[in-house]
Order: sequence, then structure tokens, then C-alpha cells
Amino acid sequence: MSTTLLELRQLHVSYGGIKAVRGIDLHVEKGELVCLIGANGAGKSTTLKAICGLVPASKDSIHYAGRCIVGVASFQLVRQGLAMVPEGRGVFGQLTIEENLAMGAYVRSDSAKIRSDIERVFTLFPRLKERRRQAAGTLSGGEQQMLAIGRALLSRPTMLLLDEPSMGLAPIMVKKIFDTIRAIAAEGVTILLIEQNAKLALETANRGYVMESGEITLQGEAKTLLDDPKVRQAYLGEG
Amino acid sequence: MDIFLQQIINGLTLGSVYAVVALGYTMVYGIIQLINFAHGEVVMIGAMVAFSVITALAGSGLPPLVILLIGVLAAIPVCMVVGYTMERVAYRPLRGAPRLAPLITAIGISIILQHVAMIIWSRNNLPFPQIIQVVPYHVTSTEDGATITNVQIAIITISVLMMAGLLFLVHRTKLGIAMRATSQNQMIAGLMGIDINRIIALTFVIGAGLGAVAGVMNGTYYGIAHYQMGFVLGLKAFPAAVLGGIGNLGGAMLGGVLLGLIEALGAGYVGDLTGGVFGSNYQDVFAFLVLIAVLVFRPEGLLGERVGDRA
Repeated sequence: MSTTLLELRQLHVSYGGIKAVRGIDLHVEKGELVCLIGANGAGKSTTLKAICGLVPASKDSIHYAGRCIVGVASFQLVRQGLAMVPEGRGVFGQLTIEENLAMGAYVRSDSAKIRSDIERVFTLFPRLKERRRQAAGTLSGGEQQMLAIGRALLSRPTMLLLDEPSMGLAPIMVKKIFDTIRAIAAEGVTILLIEQNAKLALETANRGYVMESGEITLQGEAKTLLDDPKVRQAYLGEG
Repeated sequence: MDIFLQQIINGLTLGSVYAVVALGYTMVYGIIQLINFAHGEVVMIGAMVAFSVITALAGSGLPPLVILLIGVLAAIPVCMVVGYTMERVAYRPLRGAPRLAPLITAIGISIILQHVAMIIWSRNNLPFPQIIQVVPYHVTSTEDGATITNVQIAIITISVLMMAGLLFLVHRTKLGIAMRATSQNQMIAGLMGIDINRIIALTFVIGAGLGAVAGVMNGTYYGIAHYQMGFVLGLKAFPAAVLGGIGNLGGAMLGGVLLGLIEALGAGYVGDLTGGVFGSNYQDVFAFLVLIAVLVFRPEGLLGERVGDRA
């Protein structure tokens, strides 16, 4: 019995006539924090969308908790413990913060526990509590990212997929978000993190994959990748 | 003064029916940005089913209110099935299509439903059996002053209750929040575990259920059902929804009531104002004057929001 939670086997994704992902292999073990880094347009987000059933993936290429999930609708994956924080945050701007969080817990029916989980999110992000009845669209970018992460946690996921959580945020906010990601991982949630900020991602993750033009070009322990000359040159701005 | 008061009462009655029908348009528009032109036909089918049931039971000796209630309870599920079926069969396959395709489909569905109704119920005006005794109540102290009838009171009350119920559903329940979430972003709603197909179908079903009641109210108020009545009602309720701001529930309610008042007052005074050139038979013109005025001066409607924030 392996402890692999998510496994991609020769995943191909093409849409709009473009081959965005060209046969990648990737696996995430239970409890791991794995990052997928690469330049803009390398196919990272497409990979994540394919896992969530948002874009069509090649046959038999995505396995989650021992089952092939290609063709499974995204709303069903949440019930299987797979939650995603989409790129650009994607909070419901016209719903209040509380309503957004309630939607995160949509698949659950244990209202008492949902309440206490919402309180936990508020402890994690006190800013959200202050504004609980405010429309989410009025929050700053960083606050929306907090809300998006808190909302994803409310489904009590086994595995969390994070798409570019640092995008467009001020450095202090980025630090806060990544502290939270570490805390979530420490609680045993398996995480696949997609990031352009390679340094930050590799410092946070256990293992990493480097993606280039739809292919995995490097992989290994995050620490090893941080020291890899190719990574340093291409993604860490060192020459 | 009494004519004014009477027209206000008539306008409020008419307006509450418009408001309930307008809700059906605005709910569907809110969630999938489709103007479901066949919604008026759903209302018509509600009236027709109730007509058949009430006619069949009219001689049964049951109390009139019970007969009416059975008529409504028969109309609601039939309309819900019609609403669900049109979404499932006609609109869902066109979800990703250009907006014109579902719009034309809606017009097609509307024609189909009219003709099915014509085949079942004939092309005649069908008189509702007058099982409810209409009792007028004077609202002023003068003997020949304005009156409000028990039927009008019932129509206004039922409409208000249904609208309150809908607002509660949409703003206070998990299902309602999921409906609003789906209307904002279907992809993200799916990532929350919301089965958006189910939510969209439910929106049609709820709108159709409201439409069924509106159809019965309209039928009993005017005492007549006709296979084209939905078309006319739709042509009123749609401007009402646009007037309030399409996609906005409160807007549909406000727009419906306002349109009812404008029509009633217009019909009441158009003769005097034009020196007898136009009579109250020009009543139907007002809905379209309103529609044109709104589209020219305030296309987003009275309560409509600018659709800028889709962050």
C-alpha cells in the first residue's frame, strides 16, 4: 500500500490547438508539500486545472487516492477531499466574507463544526473577522487571498491545490500567506503549490518540480533544487 | 380622487402579478444571463392547468377555496416539470454557445408551448368558473367610492408572501447563497463542490413554481385563460424586470409593482389627458413606453448594478 495521494502519469493537456502540457509525471505523497515552479506560460496552471477537471486531460493520466479522476467533475472532487485555491483568488465579490466561507463548507452538513471551523479561519486571519459582513469584493488583494485559502480549508480537504498564491501581493502579505501555508501543511494537509516565485516556493516545500514549455525538466528535494545551478540561473536571478 | 385611489388599488393588484412573473425572468437572467422568453408560457400553462382542475371540480360540492387550492397545487408541479424540462432539453446543451442561440431557442420554446396549449385547451377564451364570490370593500367613507375586493387582497397578500419567501431563500439559506455564488462565477462555484447544473435547474424550477401561482392569480382575477395569455403577460413582466434592473430580485418586485401602477393610472387617465383621442384600451402601450424609456435613460434599471465587478 503506497502513500501516494496524487499521481500524474504522462499527463497531456491541449486546448485551443495548443499543447500546454506534454506528458508530465508527478506525484505527491500523503502529508507532503510539493511545489511546481516555472516561468509564466510553462503549463503550471493548466496542470492544476486538469487535476480539478476544469480542462480535459489525457486518458488515465490523473490518479487521486488510488483512483483515476480524469473526467470527474470538479464539484465531485471536493467531496473526495481535493480543494483548490484558484489563480487570481476567485472569491465571490458580491457575497459577504461569511457567505464565501459558508460556500467553502458547501459539501459539509455538520453545522456546529462548520461554525467552529469558521472561527478558526477568523483566528488565522483576524482581518476577515472584522469584515465578516462586508462584500468580499471590497477586500484588498491580500485579504482576498486569505479568504480564498480560508474558504478552501472549510471543506476540510485532504489535499489542497494552490495556484500562484503570491501573485500580485505586497511582500509582507506574501510572507503572511506563506506562513499560513506552512501552518496548514504542519496540520497534515497535503499540498501541491504552483508558484512563479521559485525561491519562496522551494524554501517552503519538501520537494519540487520545475516545468518548462509543458514538460518537467528538473525535480528533486527542494533544498537540492535551491542549490542547483540551473535553477539558480533560470529562476533565482543569479548568474 | 376616487378614480385615482381605485386605479392605485387596481395597479397594485396587477403589479403584484407582474412582479411575481418578472421574478421568473430575473432569476434565470441572474444565474445564466439568458432572457427566458418562454417564461410567460409557463405562466399560461399554470393558468390552463388550474382552469381544467377548477372546471372539473366546480360541481363537486367541495368548498370553493379548497377547489382553488387544488387547482394551484396541480398547476405548480406541472409548471415545475415544464421549467425543468426546458432547461434540461433546450438551454443546457447551449450553455457554451453564443448568447443569440439560447435566446432564439427561448422564442422557439415559447411558440412550441403556445401551440401545445392550443392543441390541449383549444384556441378559445376559456372562462374560469366563478366559484369565488367577489366581495368589494369600500376603502373610503363614501358609498360610491373606491373599493378593494377580497380577490385583490388575496392576490396582493399571496404575492407579497411569495416574494418574502424567495428573498429569504436567496439571502438566508445555503441553497440561496449557492445560487448567488453560481450566478457570479460558475467555475469557482464548482470548485466549492456546488453542482451548478443542479442549481441552475432549481432556479428554473423555482421560477416556474412562482409563475404557476401567478398564472392562477391572473386567470382568476380576469376570469379568463387563453393560450396566448402568457405572451402578453411576458411582454409586461419582461419590461418590469428591465425597469427594476434585470438580474436583481428586489428590482423585479419594484419594477412589477411600478409597472402595474403606471398601467392602471395610464389607463385611467389617458382618455382625459388626450381629450378622448386615446381610450383605456391603450393600456398595453405603457409597458412598452416604460421599456423604451428605461433602455434609453437607464439601461441598468432602477436597482441594477453596473456589471463591472467580476474580480
